[in-house]
Amino acid sequence: MKNLKIKKLLAVAVAGILTVGLVACGSSNSDSAKSDTASGSDAASGSYRTLDEIKEDGTINIGVFSDKNPFGYVDENGEYQGYDVYFANRLAKDLGVKVNFVSTEAANRIEYLQTGKVDVILANFTVTEERAQEVDFALPYMNVALGVVSREDNVIKSLDNWNKDDSIIVISGTTAETYLTENYPDIPLQKFDSYATAKEAFQNGTSVAWANDNTEVIAFALQNKGYTVGISELGNKDTIAPAVTKGNDSLREWINSEIETLGQENFFHKDYEETLVDTYGTDYEDSLVVEGGKTE
Amino acid sequence: MLDLGIDVLFKGSNMLRLLSGLWVAMKISLVSILISLPLGVLVGALMTVKNRVVKVIFRVYLEIIRIMPQLVLLFIVYFGTTRALGWNLSGEVASVIVFVLWGTAEMGDLVRGALISIPKHQFESSEALGLTKRQTYIYIIIPQTIQRLIPLSINLITRMIKTTSLVLMIGVVEMLKVAQQIIEANRMTSPNAAFGVFLIVFILYFLVCWPISMLARYLEKKWNIA
Repeated sequence: MKNLKIKKLLAVAVAGILTVGLVACGSSNSDSAKSDTASGSDAASGSYRTLDEIKEDGTINIGVFSDKNPFGYVDENGEYQGYDVYFANRLAKDLGVKVNFVSTEAANRIEYLQTGKVDVILANFTVTEERAQEVDFALPYMNVALGVVSREDNVIKSLDNWNKDDSIIVISGTTAETYLTENYPDIPLQKFDSYATAKEAFQNGTSVAWANDNTEVIAFALQNKGYTVGISELGNKDTIAPAVTKGNDSLREWINSEIETLGQENFFHKDYEETLVDTYGTDYEDSLVVEGGKTE
Repeated sequence: MLDLGIDVLFKGSNMLRLLSGLWVAMKISLVSILISLPLGVLVGALMTVKNRVVKVIFRVYLEIIRIMPQLVLLFIVYFGTTRALGWNLSGEVASVIVFVLWGTAEMGDLVRGALISIPKHQFESSEALGLTKRQTYIYIIIPQTIQRLIPLSINLITRMIKTTSLVLMIGVVEMLKVAQQIIEANRMTSPNAAFGVFLIVFILYFLVCWPISMLARYLEKKWNIA
């Protein structure tokens, strides 16, 4: 008898949860359908704000990182700073509106756009096919690739003809790990869970090289004497671009034309020199920056 | 001396920012606690009602809140209400809603547990002494219930304060987020700052939760003698 009661309760609970789940899924479907057909003028309805509506409102909401130095961070006076923020401020200025920065996390960037809680995401957002199905990307403003750093007395310039006794350090779960496992299955990898442990091991000489995002290895080589980046671009070259809510063409097209115009004054090189040069030096400026939305 | 990088907290207005982050966390938890404690008592009382429909409704509510991680609840309330209903709640309001839903459910269950843990003979003895039902509750049952509830609800309150660290996922900049911002902004100049800053964060959380525990201990003692 008691068992039966418990079973009933469970059934009710499961049904309740399923309903919640279905409502959530159902609404997300209808949401995307709506923004395809309707103009999606009402921010409160979970869709986006058009360019004119943002202008009328006088404030643009831009999602940035608040703890990713030097791309988006908050300085000791509580002001947002960084490469992405520098661009965001310029966007708002040229649009003639105030900017409201929203602190986003890597895991909630898409959700913020889909619910219209921000107009643009400028949070070091790498363009991928999966993401492009959820949000609309504008023209890119930065390159990312993998890089390999090694000791100055034994510079690794190529991963071909690898000596099997040597290993490469990677951080678990990064694109570097995936890429090397897929493309160079013969190279032994030493995997670490965190940046700190990988750094410690590399400096103690347990491996000849360390593969990571090229921005990370460039910064490492610059801060630590005796190391040099032998391979600064490995694997697929990805780009970083502003993203808007799916279907928000008026805003995306305006950002695209803005990026093209800014290219004429070399805006992103200036941005790099203001915000990234301390971390990455001047050697990689041209390979990291994308000017005017044009990648080679 | 070991460099903990605490000095980063004295740059600019960093310490003030950390404290205002603490205030944001306090505001959210205080408002939620003040709403969910009385609501929880009510829900707890309703849970002991013999009516099966009422019982099942509250049981389902409690189980859903308990099964869902708070982070999922925050996402559902903050982003889900915008998608499904078109509400544009601020991060703070969404957090308070989630914490009230959660606090009420947990508090309700604690009250229910405390109420049914009062032995039957307490009711019967009161009846034998000629007390009315009202007097029984006021003088016999409720004081004993409260005594049993204090350690449990203090545990819940401190848990609610500490769980505010999750609200950074819906864009609310509270103490932990400010701490991360300070550490990251100084990543190059003082790489050890994480130790120092999190040490201060630990001390601040402790300073907030400890007086609450002390109060609970005091009340427990006081009512034990009475």
